[in-house]
Order: sequence, then structure tokens, then C-alpha cells
Amino acid sequence: MENEGKIRVRICLGTTCFVMGASKLQELEHLMPPEWKDKVDISADTCLGMCQNSNSGFMKAPFVKINDEMIGGATVEKVIDKLKELIV
Amino acid sequence: MQTEVNTVLLRREVMVRLIKAFLSGDFEKQADALPFDMRPKHAEVPFRCCIHKERAILRERAIAALGGSVEQDDDKTHLGEYARRALEREKPDNTVLTVIDTACQGCVPSRIYVTDLCQGCVARPCTTACAFGAISIKNGRSVIDGEKCKSCTKCMQVCPYSAIVKIKVPCEDACPVGAITKNGSGHAQIDVSRCLSCGACMASCPFGAVAEKSQMIDILRAIKSDKKVVAMIAPAIAGQTPVSINKVASGLIKAGFDIVMEVAEGADITAKTEAKDFAERMEKGDKFMTTSCCAAYREMVKKIVPELKPYVSETATPMHYTAELAKKRYPDCVTVFVGPCVAKRSEGLGDEFVDYVMNFEEMGALFVAMSIELAQCEDYVFDVETSKQARNFALTGGVAESVKVASGGKVDVRPTCVNGLNPKVVREMMTWAKKGECPLGNIVEVMACEGGCVAGAACLNNKKIAARGVAAYADKGEDIKPDENN
Ligand code: FES
Repeated sequence: MENEGKIRVRICLGTTCFVMGASKLQELEHLMPPEWKDKVDISADTCLGMCQNSNSGFMKAPFVKINDEMIGGATVEKVIDKLKELIV
Repeated sequence: MQTEVNTVLLRREVMVRLIKAFLSGDFEKQADALPFDMRPKHAEVPFRCCIHKERAILRERAIAALGGSVEQDDDKTHLGEYARRALEREKPDNTVLTVIDTACQGCVPSRIYVTDLCQGCVARPCTTACAFGAISIKNGRSVIDGEKCKSCTKCMQVCPYSAIVKIKVPCEDACPVGAITKNGSGHAQIDVSRCLSCGACMASCPFGAVAEKSQMIDILRAIKSDKKVVAMIAPAIAGQTPVSINKVASGLIKAGFDIVMEVAEGADITAKTEAKDFAERMEKGDKFMTTSCCAAYREMVKKIVPELKPYVSETATPMHYTAELAKKRYPDCVTVFVGPCVAKRSEGLGDEFVDYVMNFEEMGALFVAMSIELAQCEDYVFDVETSKQARNFALTGGVAESVKVASGGKVDVRPTCVNGLNPKVVREMMTWAKKGECPLGNIVEVMACEGGCVAGAACLNNKKIAARGVAAYADKGEDIKPDENN
């Protein structure tokens, strides 16, 4: 399989995450080092269900899931830092 | 503008919380608690010197979000009281921007400054480049005499070490017409007699110190009433979210609107009317005409360059025509324009057919507060098909192009665009008005925001992605049909 062994990054582009900052995450692919391209598999998702966990769940948006780990308050920097840990 | 920086996200969070508070039935009390809910005891202080300052600023942000003027705030009035006033007022406030005083950093005044990088070189090109004799050498370094300096930046350009910089005040630097300056205490203040309401200061302030006075509560009240409420969505909406315009429209219905109309409907009327106006003017011997749909540009003509008035098309804006249609189609309805623009709020306040204006950020906050997931919404079916050109109004070049297509090849149309207002462009336009001629073309499209409405100050999406979304939706439309009797 083409994506086997790659780090899986799922960006939530559900409405809550999108409004609370995920629009920037759409650019992740262009902002990360180009040599990561064949190590990381990025996809966009609709609501991952995290924003509805509580009345103030929206405050932790946007969410990004890296392999099995859920990251709240995700920013491009935060995601890249996490990927760095996983790649080296 | 950047659509996801901290200042923007803070503004959205305040809005989401206030909408939730309104819907909770315990509005005043919850509004009152907002700064404490956002920065509870012992919470981390992310941005300012202490938690109290953060709360004070959040309080002022909430005042703006409730539609109040921070300029008139006395520091003592509770947010609950502002919430109560929002529930009772008959009309929203008549100006659209307010300065969040406490958030304003009071940046050092704009000037040219020699940094430590100055090597005190022998050539000293800065001293010879300065035509005003403002630079002298003290202790082996260049020093600028603030009294003589005219900020021409010649010295900056010639310094071999790039040691001279211009210290900017972001809001002043962004304002195309010098309408935002410092008051006696060094904080920003807006001169309403010059302000175009373009929102450039709001988008540029790194401290988030300029805010819109929102009409959200007025809109929520209208939705709650038994009147029909019509959402009129601007063409720029097509690129604002990852989902289709039809799903966004259904989302608005879920949020409580009764009908959704595309403002592109009005844009079709604008294009045809403008084409007719243009043909008549050219026949009369006019050398050029400018478009009229950008609200900030209209304000600019009114307040700053009245000499341009004779060259501006008489045509009304897409928002106006759409609202007029709405009031005819659905008598007694409440009309709400939904768009990317700050200046449209100001235009709406003066338009007899427009009741309220909600920007895209506020729309997004509404979806978040009501937990509306757009991807799960159905595809709304609009009553009227809109043209390709009307849908493209939100992109630079789109309006001029629509006039060209609507003219049906009968007149010589040479479109040109003023893509974004700045002091230089404003001066240049003045010369066109004086000469009665524009060297660049005969139909001048003016957009206050660079890139068009998709770059408005209250957008949700990155402007490049948004522009692609608008173009893709436009491509699905048919070409505008030129009026036969034109
Ligand atoms: S929208 Fe991202 S978790 Fe719900």
C-alpha cells in the first residue's frame, strides 16, 4: 500500500475546528519541510467529534490527529513539532 | 489579512460565548461572567502583564461584540447591563468601528530611526541623501533630527548596512486615508469624518485593538421573533468554508433564518445597470467611469475625493438590489446581509432595505455556538439561478468583467482595476478626477481590499483558497445575458 508506514495526519476541517483556526492548517503540506512528503500522509476530515465533548469543547479546537494521538488547540507549529519528534 | 492569528481567534471566542449566553436564557448573567469564564482564577495569562488586564480587555471586546462603543464606556458599567441594552435597543449604533482602548499598545510614533547597526562609515551616504539636512553625525553615528525629518526614507534606501528602519504604527500604516491617529495619551483614535470603514486598521493591529460593533444580538432577536428573516449571502461566501455554498445556506436555515438569497442576484442587476450607465456615459463623451459596488470606495468618494463623484457609476450595489428584492418578495421580512466586509455594515446602516449586517466570522461563531456541522447539512436550493459573472464579483477584476460581458460587445470596454486602496492610489485617483481621464482604461473597477472581497477584513478562509472557491462556483454558472434594450 502506498501510505503504509507513513505517519498519518488527519486535520479536522469540521465547522467548529475550521472557524476556530483550522483554515491555516490547510497549508500544512506546503509549510512543512518538503523532504517529509513521503513520510507523512495528510488528509482532511470532517468533525472528529472532539468539539462536542463538553459545552466548552470548542475552545480546544482545532483538532488534529497524528497516528493515534489527538492534538487540541492545533497550530501548524505544534503539528510540525510533533512530526519532528516522530520523524527523527 | 491573516484569518487565524490569536487576535482573530480571541474575537471569535468572545462571539461564540456571547451567542451561547444569549441562547441560554440567562444572557445578562452569563455575559457579565465572560471575562472570568475566559480567564478563571489562577488561569494561565497568555498575552498580557496580568490576568486583570486580560479580563479588562476581554470586557471591552465583549462590549464591541454586544454592539457598544468602547469610546463611550465608563469602565463601571457591567457587561450584563450592555447585554440588557442590546436586548432593548431599537437600532444598532450608527458607526461601525471602535477602539479597544485597553488593548491598544500606544505604539511609539511612526518615524525613521537609526539602529545600532550603524557603523558610522566614512561614505555617510545617508547624510548626502537627505534633502532636508536632518541627519548629522554624533559620537561616530548617524542621528536623525525628528523636527527636520520628513520620513521620505531616502536614507534607508542608501544605507549600505540597512541600519536605518522605519518604525511603523500598523493601524496608521494600513489606513489608506489617514483616518486613524493617536490621541493625547498616545492611543489610537478614529476620525469618523475620514474613516471609510474598510477595516484595514482592524486587520492590521497586532494587539487586536480595533473591533467592529457587532449587530449579532439584534440579529438573534430578529430570528427569535416571529418575523421572516432573510439571509442575503455575498458572493465571497463560496470560498469561505470547506463545504459548498448550498450547505452553508442550509446551515443558516438551521441557525434560524427563514430564507437564504444569493447577493449575486443583486449583482446581476448591478452588472446590467452599470453596463447601461457605462454605455450612456461613453456616448456622451466621458473618458472613464468607475464601478460603485465597493462600500469603502463609496465612502472614500464621499469623504475624501468628492471630485471623483461625477465619474462613479450611479448604479446601486448588489446588496441594495438584493435587499430590495427581498422586501418585495417577502413583505415585512427582516433582511440580513452576510459578507466579508466591514464597510458593508456602514453601507447597510444607511440603506433603507438592509436591516442588519453579519460578517463571515460572526456567521462562523453562530455555527460553532449552535453546534451546526455544515458537512452534515443538505444542499439548499436557491430560488433564482445567478450568473457566472455575478458570482465572480468577489474577485478583483470580476466586476469590470461583468460590465464587459453585460455590454454584449456593443461598446468599447477597456477594464482596469484599482486592486486595493492605499495613500498612493488615492492620490493617483485624484489626478484622474482632475483631468477627467484615466490613462489605464475606461472602466475602472475599485476594490478597497487587495484581491477583492475575498480579502475582506472579516473572512474565515485564507484569501487564495477562498478565491479558488469563488471561481469554481462561478464556473458552474451561465454567462450573464446582455439586456436587449441596452
Ligand atoms: S469540528 Fe473538529 S472536532 Fe468537531
